[in-house]
Amino acid sequence: MSLVLEARHIEGGYNLGAGFLKAVDNCDLYAYEGEIVGVAGESGCGKSTLAKLIMGFTKPPLKLVGGKSIVDGIDIYGLSWKERRSLWGKVVTMIPQASMNALNPTKRIRDIIFDVVKEKFPIPPSKSEVLDMAKKRFEEIGLDPVALSMYPIELSGGMKQRAVIAVSTLLNPSFLIADEPTSALDVSTQKLLLELLYTLVRKKIVKTLIFISHDIVTLRQICDKMCIMYAGEILEISDTEAIMNRPLHPYTKGLMESVISLSPSIRKTTLKGIPGAPPNLLNPPSGCRFHPRCPYAMPVCRKKEPSLREVEEGRFVACWLHLR
Amino acid sequence: MLRVENLTKIFRTGFLGKGEEIIAVNEVSFLLRKGEILSLIGESGSGKTTVARLILKLLRPTSGHIYYKDTDIWDIPSKTYWRKIQAIFQDPYASFNSFYKVDRILKNVFKLFPDKISEEEKDRKIYEVLERIGLDPKEVLGKHPFELSGGQMQRLLLARCLIIDPEVIIADEPTSMIDASMRVILLNILKELSNKAGKSIIFITHDISQAFYVSDRVLVMYRGRIVESDSVEHILFSPQHPYTKRLISDVPKLHEKFKFTLT
Amino acid sequence: MAEKIVNAGRLIVRYKKLLIGVIMLSAMVIFCVPGMILYPVDPRAIIFRDLQPPSSTNPLGTDVFGRDVLAQLIHGTYNSFRIGILAGLIATLIGIAIGATAGYFGGIVDDILNLVTNTFLVIPTLALLIVIASYIRIRSELMMILIIGATSWPWTARAIRAQVYSLKAREFVDLAKISGLPRHEIIIFEILPNMLSYIVMCFTLQMAGAILSEAGLSAIGLGPTALITLGMILRWTIVWEAPRIGTWWWFVPPGLIITLIAVSFLLINSGLDEIYNPRLRRMR
Repeated sequence: MSLVLEARHIEGGYNLGAGFLKAVDNCDLYAYEGEIVGVAGESGCGKSTLAKLIMGFTKPPLKLVGGKSIVDGIDIYGLSWKERRSLWGKVVTMIPQASMNALNPTKRIRDIIFDVVKEKFPIPPSKSEVLDMAKKRFEEIGLDPVALSMYPIELSGGMKQRAVIAVSTLLNPSFLIADEPTSALDVSTQKLLLELLYTLVRKKIVKTLIFISHDIVTLRQICDKMCIMYAGEILEISDTEAIMNRPLHPYTKGLMESVISLSPSIRKTTLKGIPGAPPNLLNPPSGCRFHPRCPYAMPVCRKKEPSLREVEEGRFVACWLHLR
Repeated sequence: MLRVENLTKIFRTGFLGKGEEIIAVNEVSFLLRKGEILSLIGESGSGKTTVARLILKLLRPTSGHIYYKDTDIWDIPSKTYWRKIQAIFQDPYASFNSFYKVDRILKNVFKLFPDKISEEEKDRKIYEVLERIGLDPKEVLGKHPFELSGGQMQRLLLARCLIIDPEVIIADEPTSMIDASMRVILLNILKELSNKAGKSIIFITHDISQAFYVSDRVLVMYRGRIVESDSVEHILFSPQHPYTKRLISDVPKLHEKFKFTLT
Repeated sequence: MAEKIVNAGRLIVRYKKLLIGVIMLSAMVIFCVPGMILYPVDPRAIIFRDLQPPSSTNPLGTDVFGRDVLAQLIHGTYNSFRIGILAGLIATLIGIAIGATAGYFGGIVDDILNLVTNTFLVIPTLALLIVIASYIRIRSELMMILIIGATSWPWTARAIRAQVYSLKAREFVDLAKISGLPRHEIIIFEILPNMLSYIVMCFTLQMAGAILSEAGLSAIGLGPTALITLGMILRWTIVWEAPRIGTWWWFVPPGLIITLIAVSFLLINSGLDEIYNPRLRRMR
């Protein structure tokens, strides 16, 4: 299996008037061909920023301050902004939140597609070529090509989703990033989208998918690997099943104990949640960033920051409980 | 506590209401008992928030009645009614007026009481309620809303309700905009309010799992109508309406994985 | 230190419209308010020879009656400002009252107030002003202010109505209601502060509009009977055919000042819009 994403020591943040807010600190993330990697974390943990830094979308005030990101063999930060722009859509594509409503309502789907293609090529391919490509992709993801000549408003929610995905994968990007694609959808539409994303990777339409969400229950449905972020750092990376069965980091454990999952016993269980609030990143706590909320905090946690280490085979965690 | 009978709300658009008609709530009836948490489940646009606004006297029903202890709520003076029925809403960021410090929203509620209350008495009450809900008064008072997290804001709004000490709390999607780790804590407070303090709570949500976690009985709303109404156990094991069935089968579960087959 | 200068520079670049507008407006205010003290020549006194070009005694020459043009300009600008500010204030207040009531209460109240607003919008303001102004024999300054203020509120009312309409759907308004706050307190203390920036913008536009209305009315002879305003100066230049006799020092300055004032208000308005409306803020 080849490495599709190799992000090393990524560090970056936002230039605010009051100072530099380091939203992402020293994050390593690898993804192999055929893998779906879930990135989980609560609001403000830096997961969306990490995605932007990975694809080189450093539009001010966002800035990369360290590390490198290699996508499908291309060193993103070895390229100029303009060169990077031309990669988006062709090598790496992001499906943003609320993307279903991103389709221009005054244009037919095929015209939207022509626009996208035109923007990405210096010499655009002919319309009939593009149309053939689009038809093929529509069929692959189970959408009637008739939709090509329809307006977004004529499509149902599920069809619209498929259309968005078809448009964003039209140029065969090897690497797809989906940022909270399922929030704000009702559960049935959510399920359809999950199936669609799963199909994309399994059918090798895209090589790798990074799926960002605050909801680990959604992630666990399709992700092979899961990466837990907190306050700008990665605390744990493991196989999904391993994390589900035995979370190592106290934060991951806390997250699992916050999940309200539908089951007959749910009424009788008392979930705990995680008391306290995430730290202010302008002034992060010393040592481990989770220590003020951690029930297992030890003196060392306050002083030294643990780094992400492999503690068992395939299990990486940044916590003094597991580092010796 | 509350009896809702054949409640219907039709919104009309256009000049002098001559335009289109939208039936938001259609012949809805249910009962809320003392000390129970009743969940109202529905997707966006199902009319669940309109029901909440009708119960809160923020809207007048087109037809039908709501009775609080056998009196039609429109026959009860509003201030008296709002001392008995209070609410917490979905969006903590929109619930606070960003122009003022958060203290204002807590102090405003004293206007509901007929007697004059001294400033010290107000402060004492506020401190007491904040501590009861697990908020450090020093950490939240005197701040502007944007300095607080969503979870803190929602708990402040719950504290606001508790100052009034109503008998019924309408919680309209109170957890949908806060993080999972905080969500459970808020739901636990709601559970405790019903179990220990005997408050009746209407918990409105689109998330069936949360409804099942907190409530005793569940109402499922679909396109303005109540399509299912039963105990949590009954609905989970034998859902009747296709919408409920779909909801139960499509919600992702922690210890199960969706089985997708490639076509 | 260097960083501070760079930051200041960035701020200046970002808010240049607002800054230019404020500087221009301040220049006008400095021109007329301290000007009256520093240049104590009676604008009404007929003490010079008529139609003199600029000279050391009369920096901007004299008019057809032998009055000092600079003194007239200083007093005219001051009076025009006063009319503009007061009429703008009246228009903004009426606009807020009607717009906020319509937007907040909705339903039949909204329908009726909307009808009134729209009626005022379609009546050509100038025609109405001419009718009103010509029925009143002695037109005092107060009269002018009331006439202009009472006819120029509809746009503000519409804008405020739309804002209130969207703000009242916010949850803090519902919470205020179920906290037992009376309606007028909700409108004044909960809703209006949230649109303060918007109100300020409406006010700047109303002031610009009022100054232009005054000039327009006065220029066609419906201005205040016994007051020197920029419009009245223009009126005299028209009556005495100043452009034809080539006395440029008499008619160019008042025209220029009116234009500058209007432009500076518009710059301030669109500068504020850029600050408050992030979509218009250009990314740098």
